[in-house]
Amino acid sequence: MKPVIVKQSKAFLKVLALCVPLLMNVDAPLFASPEQPVAAVHDSAAVMAGEAAASHEAEAHGAEAGHSDKPGEVIMHHILDSNVFAFEPFGEVHLPKIVIGGFDISITKHVVMMWLSAAIVLLVFGSVGSSYRKMTPKNAPKGLANAMEALVEFIRLDVAKSNIGPGYEKHLPYLLTVFFFILLCNVLGLVPYGATATGNVNVTLTLAVFTFFITQTASLKAHGIKGYLAHLTAGTHWSLWIIMIPIEIIGLFTKPFALTVRLFANMTAGHIVILSLIFISFILKSYIVAVAVSVPFSIFIYLLEIFVAFLQAFIFTMLSALFIGLATAHEGHEEHEAGVAHH
Amino acid sequence: MLTSGIILLSGGLLSPNPGLIFWTAVTFVIVLLILKQLAWGPIISALEEREKGIQSSIDRAHSAKDEAEAILRKNRELLAKADLESERIIREGKDYGEKLRQEMTEKAQAEAKKMITLAKEEIEQEKRRALDVLRNEVADLAIMGVEKIIKSSLDADTQKKIVDSMIQDLASKRN
Repeated sequence: MKPVIVKQSKAFLKVLALCVPLLMNVDAPLFASPEQPVAAVHDSAAVMAGEAAASHEAEAHGAEAGHSDKPGEVIMHHILDSNVFAFEPFGEVHLPKIVIGGFDISITKHVVMMWLSAAIVLLVFGSVGSSYRKMTPKNAPKGLANAMEALVEFIRLDVAKSNIGPGYEKHLPYLLTVFFFILLCNVLGLVPYGATATGNVNVTLTLAVFTFFITQTASLKAHGIKGYLAHLTAGTHWSLWIIMIPIEIIGLFTKPFALTVRLFANMTAGHIVILSLIFISFILKSYIVAVAVSVPFSIFIYLLEIFVAFLQAFIFTMLSALFIGLATAHEGHEEHEAGVAHH
Repeated sequence: MLTSGIILLSGGLLSPNPGLIFWTAVTFVIVLLILKQLAWGPIISALEEREKGIQSSIDRAHSAKDEAEAILRKNRELLAKADLESERIIREGKDYGEKLRQEMTEKAQAEAKKMITLAKEEIEQEKRRALDVLRNEVADLAIMGVEKIIKSSLDADTQKKIVDSMIQDLASKRN
């Protein structure tokens, strides 16, 4: 019953996601023409509502300064990374710019959010770990340790053990860290003033690359170089190798690519949908729409987002475990070897 | 529709950012290393220890159950054996008693028979002896009677005749 509802709501979301940009584009030119100077100022300052910068223009629009921007730009500004941490009515924090050797490694909003989630994960699991250190096997865990144990045990047994099989202990720290790190990043994106670090393709790409390297290392360790290369031929006849080897190599890279895009797109999409729903009321300039459509639907999407935050962290971990399990599976290896010997 | 696509692309949703990649990698590796030391090690070892503990207590319970069942079975066997044993002993006792009784009866009967025979023999003997005594007595009495008769009926003439006949007999016999 539940999956059906989720599917239906997802289908509904798809329809909405199609409609909302259309609506935005219908109105965009109307806003665009009288606002050219404002937009120019905003671009240079990269400020969301830009009350301060646009004050001279805002007089003309009065209290409507907030939505005088193109909705698309506001949404993108919310989604994208920036060097400014804006706390809307109170002001903003400019983050330091660091450039080393031509590389811009400045601390951005997403880096700060990432550090925040890293700090929370460290704090929580530091205390949980210390309580476990003090515990003898005879005591039962309590409080935070007990709550976290359920999650850790879930990752350990249902994700790692069932997908990787024997030798899963080696990959367990990575899987656990990636799960809680992504989960915290996802959840912090739902907190007001927060930003979703996992909604940035660079972050998810880096995490997927970690999974990729771990998968390949595990595969090399499990099968040796010969077995690893034999995997690339997929056990086919040598005349097919010219097709099979490129396909298998592409296959290696599609897995982390899928991981990257899945997490990034899911986390970004939810935010875009929520903001678009809210902007419907601004575009149509109607309180009725706000009360009847924007607020209830965005609350609904927000709740869905909380679920998605957990789901995507779980899926990333699950697929990482699955890829590691596939790479280290011994049955396939023997099959390939037999195939190679046969030819 | 087209403009939204342009916004998506020009807005830099997919634009690479080496700084962010660098920071993500650094942050993630540091978090991974610290947590590995601080949390995952103790938590997982504690979980494994507990798992092992639970498994071992289950195993122990199973083995204890098996042991108890074995003991129960053994006890039952022993009980059955003891039952059989006692039955056998009772039967043997009964048999022995029966045999003993029979034996004793037989013995007593034999004894009685022997005693009866002995008594009979003795009686016979006594009878014979008594008869002998009686016979002697009777002979004596007869002799006494005869004596008396003879004494009373004997006179001189006859005696003389007898003696004469005797002398004659003797004389004839000498010839």
